[in-house]
Amino acid sequence: MSSEMSKEDAGGAVAIALSGVTKRFPGVVANDRVSLSFRRGEVHALLGENGAGKSTLISILSGMQQPDEGEISVAGRPVRIASPRAALKLGIGTVYQHVLLIPSLTVLENLMLGGAWWRPLDRAATLTRFTELSALLSTRLDPDAPVGRLSLGEQQQLEIMRALWHGELVLILDEPTSMLTPQGVRELGAVVGRLRDHGVAVVFITHKLGEAYALADRITVLRLGRVVGELAPEQLRDATEQQVIEAVIGFMFGRDEQAAELEETLAGEAEAATRRSLDRSGPPALVLTGAATRGERGECPLREATLEVWPGEILGIAGVDGNGQKHLAEALAGQRAFAAGSMVLDGRDITGLEVVARRDAGVRYITDERLGEGTSAGHSVAANLVLKEIGRPPFWSRGLTRWGAIHGHARAQIQEHDVRTPSERTPIAKLSGGNIQKVLLARELDPEARLVIFNKPTYGLDLQNTKLARDRIRAGAGTRSAALVVISNELDELLEVCDRVAVMDGGRVKGTVENAPGAEAAIGRLMIGADAA
Amino acid sequence: MEALLTTVFLGSLLFGAVTAGVPLLLAGLGEQISEKAGVLNIGLEGMMLFGAYFGFAVAYQSESVALGFLAGGAGGVAAAAVMALLCVRLGMNQIVVGIAITLGAEGLTALLHYFRFARSYPRLGRIESLPVPLLSELPIVGRALFDRTLLVYLAVLLPFLLILVFRRSQFGLNLQAAGDKPAALDAAGVSVLGTRVAAVLLTGFLAGLGGAYLSIVGGGLFLPFMTGGAGFIAIVLAMLARGKPLWVLFGAFLFGASLALTTAMQVAGVNVPTDVIQMLPFAMVILVLVLFARHAYLPPALAQPYHRGER
Amino acid sequence: MSDRALPASRSASRWGGVLVTLLRVLLPVLLALAAGGLILLSFGKDPFAYYGYVVERGLLSPTGLEASITRMAPLLLIAAGLIVAFRAGLWNLGVDGQFLLAAVCVAALAPPLAGLLPHALMLLVCFAAAALVGAAWSAIPAYLKARHGINEIISTLMMSFLGVSLANVLIKIVFNDPTTTVPQTETLAVADRLARLGDTTVHWGVLLGLAAVIGVHYLMSRTALGLKLQIVGSNPRTAIHAGIDLKRLTFVAFALSAGLAGLGGAVDLLGVQGTIRADWNPAYGIAVIPLIFLARFNGWAVIAFVFFFAVLMIGGESAARRLGVPSFYVLVQVALLMLFFAVVETFDHAWRKRRGA
Repeated sequence: MSSEMSKEDAGGAVAIALSGVTKRFPGVVANDRVSLSFRRGEVHALLGENGAGKSTLISILSGMQQPDEGEISVAGRPVRIASPRAALKLGIGTVYQHVLLIPSLTVLENLMLGGAWWRPLDRAATLTRFTELSALLSTRLDPDAPVGRLSLGEQQQLEIMRALWHGELVLILDEPTSMLTPQGVRELGAVVGRLRDHGVAVVFITHKLGEAYALADRITVLRLGRVVGELAPEQLRDATEQQVIEAVIGFMFGRDEQAAELEETLAGEAEAATRRSLDRSGPPALVLTGAATRGERGECPLREATLEVWPGEILGIAGVDGNGQKHLAEALAGQRAFAAGSMVLDGRDITGLEVVARRDAGVRYITDERLGEGTSAGHSVAANLVLKEIGRPPFWSRGLTRWGAIHGHARAQIQEHDVRTPSERTPIAKLSGGNIQKVLLARELDPEARLVIFNKPTYGLDLQNTKLARDRIRAGAGTRSAALVVISNELDELLEVCDRVAVMDGGRVKGTVENAPGAEAAIGRLMIGADAA
Repeated sequence: MEALLTTVFLGSLLFGAVTAGVPLLLAGLGEQISEKAGVLNIGLEGMMLFGAYFGFAVAYQSESVALGFLAGGAGGVAAAAVMALLCVRLGMNQIVVGIAITLGAEGLTALLHYFRFARSYPRLGRIESLPVPLLSELPIVGRALFDRTLLVYLAVLLPFLLILVFRRSQFGLNLQAAGDKPAALDAAGVSVLGTRVAAVLLTGFLAGLGGAYLSIVGGGLFLPFMTGGAGFIAIVLAMLARGKPLWVLFGAFLFGASLALTTAMQVAGVNVPTDVIQMLPFAMVILVLVLFARHAYLPPALAQPYHRGER
Repeated sequence: MSDRALPASRSASRWGGVLVTLLRVLLPVLLALAAGGLILLSFGKDPFAYYGYVVERGLLSPTGLEASITRMAPLLLIAAGLIVAFRAGLWNLGVDGQFLLAAVCVAALAPPLAGLLPHALMLLVCFAAAALVGAAWSAIPAYLKARHGINEIISTLMMSFLGVSLANVLIKIVFNDPTTTVPQTETLAVADRLARLGDTTVHWGVLLGLAAVIGVHYLMSRTALGLKLQIVGSNPRTAIHAGIDLKRLTFVAFALSAGLAGLGGAVDLLGVQGTIRADWNPAYGIAVIPLIFLARFNGWAVIAFVFFFAVLMIGGESAARRLGVPSFYVLVQVALLMLFFAVVETFDHAWRKRRGA
């Protein structure tokens, strides 16, 4: 930190500076003496794994939480950001990872939210500022469209607009690309560029190195709540992507073997090229033909989805969130009825079967909502391990629960799958995300599995558990010749584990791409709606 | 002869429909505000009872109807304050607290009545009405609609005022956001708890006013348990109205008509036991629910306490 | 976040744990009694005299104690039904209608059947009819909930109001005993009622109530159906994911819950009332609800709280006659109990969060 002065000279004026900011939660130090400066006219990426303290830092900057120690100054003056409103007043706007708009209100109404409660709505003034910001961002939103009808990219534009509403000092973007199409990411890049040129200090939180490299002028790496390294603009300017990746990995893990191994996962090195070649001469294990479902409020249903998966094959499902992936998973698992179409597994038509019968036929489903759907939060790890066997032998006989057998089974599974839990009787909600995922994998990946559906299998997991889950997916396909369907919005992940990748758009399968060199571009084209070549 | 009967019948039916409908309208609009903000107010019945008792007691003591209505509103607010503290501020189960408030209000107002009025059973005199010139002379509708107390006119205007509030004011946006996506409201720098507390207190005021109308205008006296489920009917009205105040207006007078049918039929000389008639509004609610089940809508964050940082 | 070591003082605080649990249960009761006392005081009644009288007449005098235990019979059956519903996440607030309609139907059925069938068979038919009537009265809310996701709070309450009115209509018009001046059903001869236990005035319906609560307790903790109901109650989406038939179980839970409430009606009629007068509605159900929460759905604790409540009711009824405190006061007492329970619960959570985190 000795070169503090010279660095400041290199960038623009400091918009907001943190010094020695510490935030403790019971048992964790989320931010440990973090000192950082964000400069005007600079895109500053914050990189780090889950739990590195990025979210807490944003919460502090946006006034949602107060630091226990340390100082924050805005334009050189010390401030206390006591509330979200105070942050907005200071010109610090935040766009959160999850959309924070009111779907039932219009674009303008969402922008008007936050005024003094007794005031009538001032449509004219809002429209003026809206037009001004639309010009700055060069976006084209209909001010009277209900937000629920906008695409996710448009909703994000609206969020950026709102974040800049009270002033264009600091814009914080929290994992802004996770929901976007490649096209949307490009557009976001353009908007960010314009804001930088306008003199906004853009803070860009991400865990994707490639994006940080592409968009940022400065990269700060956080680990376990501390700042562990920084790449200044002059360093970034001359470095290749590979050099930056190495430098960041060096900050994150130090140079050792574990890091080298993780590097592959992190950088998304496509090792698929070296995969075994699959024999697709026989009949496919799963044939889904013209599947359609009924959509409820705000959901995208399936509209004529057709898929084939061969035994031992891993089929990836790519696509922007909310294009029917959830319905596909649920329809395959038997949780959602088909409105049309058919599903044939191993030559047997199982379209009309429900969850239990499908499970008997070998269908397994690992949901992306581990706590909200996959497990019963208040019940024990043991009960959750037999959640889909309730009432059946050997754990139940004539409807009576054999808790002894269930607990014994659980102890064995906990041991085998290395689930970190105080005991098999611990409520599952007390486990970490990675360990809950281990329980789900233990429950669903058994030798009788014929078709396994993984919905965002690594969502929210740390690197270790991400790698573990991906290894288990590959093992699942290799040894048991089951058909695997992996739904994910992380293209890197699909390219790493899948044999083929199908792209979903508006509830349809737009096309399927063999995972070979050049697949990424082909998938990207399908995702933005260009037709398959 | 028959024409006369029909006129009398319709006139008294319409008059009764308005009398019975106004408390439902006030309480239903109140519940709508609460539900919009994400608070399911099961204590509505209790708030109405508080309003009915205190409205009557003050009107009787002060001999001022206006003061009575005010006291009724205040009574409702007092009960709502308990709800606001326990459910909004402390995040307790809204259903449990709502039941407690209703039970407590039933018991407490019955006790108060027992100790103060059970020997004398006092009644208020006829309430002066405010006839609208010319219109009040019309046959059938004249007496029913245009020769009423001021509160009736205000109550009928209220849905239109609420439409303005919901669509054209910051407060309206805040209410909608608090029930739809509280985290977004919080991020916009508006206090979710403050918005919800305001909504609950407003609900209490309107429910109290409705209760006061029931005792001061409707009966001229207070009786234990006199709301007889009106609060719950109002909750259903709000649920079925899907956030639209005019639907509450429409529903309230429809239910009011079914409540008024007994008297109207007795006027017309048809004798139906009161118990059968009493079943009508509840049967209608069930029928409406069965027929229009798919149209009932509740905000996504209803009955869920808001804590910052949870999603 | 949880795999950190537990506090070292765990074994030492074993007794402390018991104490805290006891305090969590007793504190709301004490606070509610104290607050109720203040209300009595404000009406110029001596709370100590009132509570003393309640304890004496509801608990200490032999006839009072027997009356309290007898009163437990319908309350326990209603409680058993509520445990099933609440555990399954269903707010069956319509138990009063289910209870009363079943009671009225049994009141109409029992006297003529008593002359036709052997005693045991007559009782069996009556119990079956009561359970059926109760369950049938929950069918519409169950349908609305299962098919359309309509909030059962409203629909069960509406059905309850409807049921109470319908019961009155039935008594006044259909099942009216023409020999009496007040509209009421034909009275069941004392000889045809539920047998008494030994020399007491307590009938064996109490045993049925105890069996129901304990049975439900075991149903919930030791059977597949119980676990399924619990999962439905804690998260319907998990239930769908696990292949549990949500709709069927919603009907099952409602039928069990309302059926048990109906049995409560049968037991009260066959054991104590013998006849039902028009406009009789004890409204047991709504008052039992807080007790279930107070007991945290635990069957054994429910029995204890139902006993406490029965003493309060019986004592309160005597006090109404003697001390001029109307029995509405018990409603206030229950509401206070519920409020203080919620308050203590919340502060307990906050306290444990701060300490245990």
